Amino acid sequence: MRHILAFIWKHNFFFLFVLLEVVAIILMANRSFYQRSVLSNATDYVTGSAYSTWSGITSYFNLKRDNQLLAEENARLHRILTREQLSSDTLTHMVEDTVFNLQYTYVDAVVISNSTNRRDNYIMLNKGIRQGIERDMAVISPAGVVGTVVSVSENFSWVMSLLNKHSKISGRIQRLNQMGTVVWEGGNPAVGTLHDIPAHVKINKGDTITTSGFSHIFPEGISIGYVEEINIKSGDHFYTIHFRFSADLNSLRHVYIIKNQFREEQEELRKNIIND
Amino acid sequence: MTKAYGKDILRFVILVVLQVFILDHINLGGYINPSLYVLFILLLPFETPGWLLLVSSFLIGFSIDSFGNTTGLHAGASVFMAFLRPWAVRLAGAPAEYEGNLKPGIADMGFRWFFGYTLVLVMAHQFALSMLEAFRFAEIGYVLLRTLAGGAFTIVLIIIAEYLFMSKRK
Repeated sequence: MRHILAFIWKHNFFFLFVLLEVVAIILMANRSFYQRSVLSNATDYVTGSAYSTWSGITSYFNLKRDNQLLAEENARLHRILTREQLSSDTLTHMVEDTVFNLQYTYVDAVVISNSTNRRDNYIMLNKGIRQGIERDMAVISPAGVVGTVVSVSENFSWVMSLLNKHSKISGRIQRLNQMGTVVWEGGNPAVGTLHDIPAHVKINKGDTITTSGFSHIFPEGISIGYVEEINIKSGDHFYTIHFRFSADLNSLRHVYIIKNQFREEQEELRKNIIND
Repeated sequence: MTKAYGKDILRFVILVVLQVFILDHINLGGYINPSLYVLFILLLPFETPGWLLLVSSFLIGFSIDSFGNTTGLHAGASVFMAFLRPWAVRLAGAPAEYEGNLKPGIADMGFRWFFGYTLVLVMAHQFALSMLEAFRFAEIGYVLLRTLAGGAFTIVLIIIAEYLFMSKRK
């Protein structure tokens, strides 16, 4: 025993190196476990406060652009509202129940930290458990899909951006109603990839890719991007489509967190099938 | 000890702030992610004991990780770099005799020495970083591209920082 200890002591530099690398790799591999730990809550508190302060200062530089974006969104929403009213004027009786069977609720949030230059990018938002945020909620910007909430602390939440190798979103070509999988293959933060669209359909440049609504996370029909480049390997049955993200993920500021009120019910139903 | 390493502690804090609030937002072509914070590991005094070298490298990596939600990534790469440091010092040519006040910077060791020492360590760090980040060999082309582009950019920043903050020796 003494010899072993003496050996370890003699090579303590090497053993300490191995120990620290093992700690680092365990942290990486058990990310979700770490994210639920007390330590993570403490570091989120420190980093969140620092980012809030910093973002409070830098937000002034983008006021003009942010206002423009919000105004455009308001205009779009107004347009939808007017259309609803016109189409319902033949009704003699109208029940206005805005809460009945309401599936999606929206909470606004501000991006306080964001990156696009890593292989796995995450976004920090200024809303957390206290504001009713939970894991697996959807995050969108006025222009389109942004990502999914993966970790929440008291006052902050981390969002897995579309620009992440673990991000997989169910999308579809809106015009053709064809389903596929949206991923990001690294490199250019403005361009994503859509897989699994069968080779027999005819796709055009500029086609809109939207969410399918099948994931229980995103509502249906939210814009993801626009087709830019259509590739197919000879003998392959599926396209590889490169598209431009409709949301500029590099300059996010105001976003919405979406809660699906029926998600638990839907998940439960799916679990029943798997268990059978 | 706080006195001996006072400058290093200050450098730790400044580099983390710079890295997290400014450099992490630099985005050139999606591949370049400069890691200026490794300057901290490069500039630790020659006589820093091995355990302190490893532990402080782990801590600066962990700090960067906490801000970027990349648990363990930068910590792992930094510890790898710190582990190679004694070897890189020997490779670049250890100072003949530690006089207790020679520091591993351009001012004391000269540009050529510092460049070689930095090149080896920064590339090792960038490679470990890109490798751990991708975590699969299928993306080896992407890993190498990131290593070269990010490494080159980091080295340029380090040399600039060295010249900007070089203190004249009496």
